[in-house]
Amino acid sequence: MAEADAIVDDAKPRLPRGVRLTNSEAQGGWVLLAPERIFKADPIAAEILKRCTGEATFAAIVDELATVFNAPRQRIHADVSKLLLGLAEKKLLEV
Amino acid sequence: MAELPKPLGLLAELTHRCPLGCPYCSNPLALEPRDDELDAGTWSRVFKEAAALGVLHVHLSGGEPGARRDLVDIAANAREAGLYTNLITSGVGITTRTMRDLWEAGLDHVQVSIQDADAVSADRIAGYRGAFQRKHALAAEAVRLGLPLTVNLVVHRANIERISDMVDLALKLKASRIEIAHVQYYGWALKNRAVLMPTAEQVTRAVAAVEELRRKHHGKIVIDAVVPDYHARFPKPCVGGWGRRSLNVTPSGRVLPCHAAESIPELTFWNVRDHALEDIWANSPAFNAFRGTDFLPAPCASCERREVDFGGCRCQAFLLTGDARATDPVCHLSPHHARVVELAAVQQDAPYTYRRM
Repeated sequence: MAEADAIVDDAKPRLPRGVRLTNSEAQGGWVLLAPERIFKADPIAAEILKRCTGEATFAAIVDELATVFNAPRQRIHADVSKLLLGLAEKKLLEV
Repeated sequence: MAELPKPLGLLAELTHRCPLGCPYCSNPLALEPRDDELDAGTWSRVFKEAAALGVLHVHLSGGEPGARRDLVDIAANAREAGLYTNLITSGVGITTRTMRDLWEAGLDHVQVSIQDADAVSADRIAGYRGAFQRKHALAAEAVRLGLPLTVNLVVHRANIERISDMVDLALKLKASRIEIAHVQYYGWALKNRAVLMPTAEQVTRAVAAVEELRRKHHGKIVIDAVVPDYHARFPKPCVGGWGRRSLNVTPSGRVLPCHAAESIPELTFWNVRDHALEDIWANSPAFNAFRGTDFLPAPCASCERREVDFGGCRCQAFLLTGDARATDPVCHLSPHHARVVELAAVQQDAPYTYRRM
């Protein structure tokens, strides 16, 4: 997989097998789990990652989050891109 | 005492049975018999209790977990409890059919050990003819199913010159991660210490080689390396601190702060058959024996690394100094460090003492 510097609108981001988002009550929130690695997901990151199921397109995810958070689409686009590209580079996400 | 930490990982030793005879086996000298093994129902309860306690990752290990006929049920129970489920296998004893069933049960990740890049040497180290081929087949099936694969390489004198070849092999197997672990001298491995021990020059070259390989394969494979203990200047923060990050359940249900903890005779372990995991984590004497850093003597007591490495490994401190509270003698500041230097310089060319049940 080539490292992308932008995510195209019709990409359908998904967590690959072996990477899982889970809510741990005992640990106090959402965590992204990978082999030997744990990443705490803040509530916003969790909202983004919950939608990365391989079904919704990147554009649709951004649209929905802009509505949910009642925020400018452009800003949401930038935030989601940054998170997803960072995860893709660590092989924690397929775009 | 500060607030009790929450564990993140559980090592579930499903059985001590194993078809391989690796001379560096880290399991204790006295293995637990099949008749004493916890049943799948008890494991299921342990997984639920672990998840409630904060555990996120469970490592299904052994021995060879494939020796359990109910492995698929156990893995399914771990997933059902919400745990990230990792299978640690020798690759021998798990058929491609079982691998598919595990995939269907929701297994998250597979770790297969490889003894060497050279088939003849690999089978000699494992003490099992044909192991190398079987491992290949199992790794290939895991990858075909879409499961992420980690290849684990245990490094010692017989294979330390071939780390680069072993990384190439892991890439060929399409592993996404490789764990390069120098032998740690506990349990059975202690019997073979001088036969396994690499020279200081070999270790220096190996550490440099790993750094180079990391640069070369950046973005293609994650390389995690465990430093060779006896040749280090500072000790490892064993299990991320005693009773702090992880716990280990033996085949018969004894709960240990680390998998070698039974080598410390003064410790009393509780069993999941008698106590809930939460009770054991908080109250069992073994877990509270070395929690925190208050028990540490000089030079740890005034050392700024005290909260970084927690004085190193309690088992190693006991095995090499006779005192489980001592500074891990791997540390160059330990008054016993000369003993480690001395042992690290002993290389003996002799046949392995294989582990057989």
